[in-house]
Amino acid sequence: MDFSTPPYLLLERTSVRRIMLQVLIGLLPGIAAYVWLIGPIILFQLLLATIAALSGEALMLRLRNRPMAMFLTDGSAVVTAWLVALTVPPMAPWWLVVVGSLFAIVIAKHLYGGLGQNPFNPAMVAFAACIVSFPALMSQWPVIGLQLSLREQFELVAGLAPRIDVMSGATPLDAIKTALKVSEGSVDVPTLLATQEVFGNFAGRGWEWVTTGYLLGGLWLWQRKVIGWQAPLAFIAGLSLLAAALWAWQPERFANPLFHLFSGGAMLGAFFIVTDPVSGCTTAKGRLVFGFAAGVLAYVIRVFAGYPDGVAFAVLLMNLCVPLIDMYTQPPIFGMKKER
Amino acid sequence: MLQRLFSFKGGVKPQTNKSPSVQEAIGFAPLPARLYVPLHQSIGGAANPLVRPGEKVGKGQLIGGADGWMSSAVHAPTSGRVLAVEEHVATHPSGLTTLSVVIEPDGCDEWAERQPIDYRSQPPERVREALRDAGVVGLGGAVFPSHAKLAPAKSVVVQDLVINGAECEPFMTCDDMLMRERAEETVRGIAIFRELLAAQRVLIGIEDNKPEAIAAMRNAVAHLGLDYAVVAVPTRYPAGGAKQLIRVLTGKEVPASRRSTELGVQCFNVATVYTAYRALEFGEPVISRIVTLTGNVAHPRNWDVRIGTPLRDFVALGEPQRDTNAFLMGGPMMGFALPSLDAPVVKATNCIIAGSAGLFPPNPPEMPCIRCGACADVCPHELQPFELYWFSRARIFGKTQEYHIFDCIECGCCSYVCPSHIPLVQYFRFAKSEIWAREREKKAADAAKARFELRNAREEREKEEKAERLAKAAAAKAAERKTVVAQTNSDAAGTPRALEPQDTPPATGEAADSAGALDAEALKKATIQAAMERARAQRAGQAARNTDRLTPEQAKEIAAVDARRARQASSASAPPAPPERSSDSAGSGD
Repeated sequence: MDFSTPPYLLLERTSVRRIMLQVLIGLLPGIAAYVWLIGPIILFQLLLATIAALSGEALMLRLRNRPMAMFLTDGSAVVTAWLVALTVPPMAPWWLVVVGSLFAIVIAKHLYGGLGQNPFNPAMVAFAACIVSFPALMSQWPVIGLQLSLREQFELVAGLAPRIDVMSGATPLDAIKTALKVSEGSVDVPTLLATQEVFGNFAGRGWEWVTTGYLLGGLWLWQRKVIGWQAPLAFIAGLSLLAAALWAWQPERFANPLFHLFSGGAMLGAFFIVTDPVSGCTTAKGRLVFGFAAGVLAYVIRVFAGYPDGVAFAVLLMNLCVPLIDMYTQPPIFGMKKER
Repeated sequence: MLQRLFSFKGGVKPQTNKSPSVQEAIGFAPLPARLYVPLHQSIGGAANPLVRPGEKVGKGQLIGGADGWMSSAVHAPTSGRVLAVEEHVATHPSGLTTLSVVIEPDGCDEWAERQPIDYRSQPPERVREALRDAGVVGLGGAVFPSHAKLAPAKSVVVQDLVINGAECEPFMTCDDMLMRERAEETVRGIAIFRELLAAQRVLIGIEDNKPEAIAAMRNAVAHLGLDYAVVAVPTRYPAGGAKQLIRVLTGKEVPASRRSTELGVQCFNVATVYTAYRALEFGEPVISRIVTLTGNVAHPRNWDVRIGTPLRDFVALGEPQRDTNAFLMGGPMMGFALPSLDAPVVKATNCIIAGSAGLFPPNPPEMPCIRCGACADVCPHELQPFELYWFSRARIFGKTQEYHIFDCIECGCCSYVCPSHIPLVQYFRFAKSEIWAREREKKAADAAKARFELRNAREEREKEEKAERLAKAAAAKAAERKTVVAQTNSDAAGTPRALEPQDTPPATGEAADSAGALDAEALKKATIQAAMERARAQRAGQAARNTDRLTPEQAKEIAAVDARRARQASSASAPPAPPERSSDSAGSGD
């Protein structure tokens, strides 16, 4: 013990590594559903992303002359890597995951000063960079029910097999958007949801269970007090309130809130992205504002803009506002509250 | 009695480690070969030495007189001979020296004349004086002179007298044992304080992990037929912080900028109240106190120890284990590592903990802040410690003040929970001391500026006055001459034509005339200018005072931080790199 300054007692069971480890555990239910849905190829992508992120981390730590062992083992790079891998289509070529992970670690994290210093969520920066740079690859999501062996999947990822468009389809969010555009008003959303192959019980076929997995993992993180309730709840509220309002207004044009909550990156965003302490708000009120606005923006972007999903852009936009929100939501301190 | 409890936000629940030291009754520590009694044992002025080397002193004899109102007296802990009044190592993290009276006990332990006070019939001022002269100070560790807290505020009625028996620091049990064994005297002391403050209600707060103390205090209150509420408060550090306990018991929140008396509350530690009772009822000044000796020792226990007992002698009573690597004074959350065991037990010594690598494992390496907000969740003053940390680290001290750094009580909850293991309190102390240093520098610069401006103004004024004097003299002379000229003129022409410009008066007359007019004008101008100059000087003086907007508390804090800065300097601590003061000087327990 360094006896220079109290307290001399420290809470034993807390560390950055422990927090990151718990976040990784929180991702496991979603990953399990992913494996069940798509196959073990996602595990390969996760591994690839982890190796790439740790290599990037090691390189940057060396260049920046920072202690290697302490930061390589803190788990933060692995969390970023997994989030990148989970937001990239599972059969994307190997280099896309590597580029995404490296971009997240090198550009979005270390160029801003490393752990704790990045104003933007690294995984979301990587997603945005990838979808802007490689829009086609980033929208090749596998058609559910297309049974590929692990070997075939691996060959696709490794670039050994030709990429055939047949193998990939639109995401459920994209499917609605495209169908509405193509039909020019002759089809309504409820019919689409009921008839099209891509939709399942309450959201995208199969994907709804992956997002449910994220929800379960997120609830576990909340129960373990790794994340607060404010940002996720506000995000879900922002997204579903806007969705509910538009759905109530024109049910034939807008999907129901449940569909939106369990489609795309909503659940991953709610529990693993807007809860990122480094790039998110720090005050309780600020987290509510941050989450709610991100939810609203995510809906607006995914429904009205050209991208298949809006979570990443919504989060990045809100990351920009964090200092301002924090400044205006400072809670009153002990003894300075207004008399009730 | 039903008592509604409030709660404070934040707080932590570290392992209390209190049971080892409450297994045995309070022991009486033997007299050491030498006693080193520091003269400065309270907030405020150091006591003035009243004894000379070679002098015989009786037990309880006044050896240091209170230096003004904000000070407290110091007494001989036993009878014996004064060997010296000299600098001796202080019981302070800095390890600096302080003027101390060295006494060689004669072994008789004979009381000097004791003068109990009939506090019931004496006027309150007299009782407060008696407390000051008996050296009664806050024994919770702050050693604030108690008499100064016992004067009721003029405009505010004291609604609640809060008695602090919470003792929330881990390891510490001195108040627990005091309440168990000396409850009745403590309650009698509370009665005196209640009288002095004319408090409407008395609330005794004790953490609910001390059921024996709660029972003992309840018995004592019932036995004396009093209506005091003995309240079990939830065990949560820092429930024993004065502001937290006041909040829990009364629901009132005392901000850093105000005193609790302004809100009608006053708070005292149980041990303080006990010593006040002994002082008034029996004329026994504060010459000993109960100290917990625990941690890595073979015999953890509470001891009634004479003030001035060298810590080396004291810790030997507990037989520290071989692997003891440091001794802490106070609790593990807010205490400090003793730089030397030559320092004596003082009034602020409530607990000595022998430390070891097993008890206090080495700090994990400091990681960057990830803004998780765990520190904000546990901060009992509802601050944002991580923001304060960022600003302190970046030396943006203005911002730290905007984020209320001076509301930080340095309880250590934030450091305790930080997943990045950042020594947050150290950063805050650094920021505070830097701010104080800057305020002091600014004050000094302002004072110098004011002095300079005053001198300039004075010189200017003197110059003006001289000019004024000269002008007056010249005018007088001119007037004299004019009358002479006028007289000669009227003598010559019979009319005072000399004053008319178109006239051609004699050369002397004209000269005198214009000189007279000029002089009158200059006189007027000089007078005005001198007056303006004086006004300006006055304004400058006022402006200088305005920039110096320190409240007495701030001034006091500045004084208090001198010591802290010295400590920081001695440990060469630049906060970004936590200082690595080895504790080997305190390392040997033998």
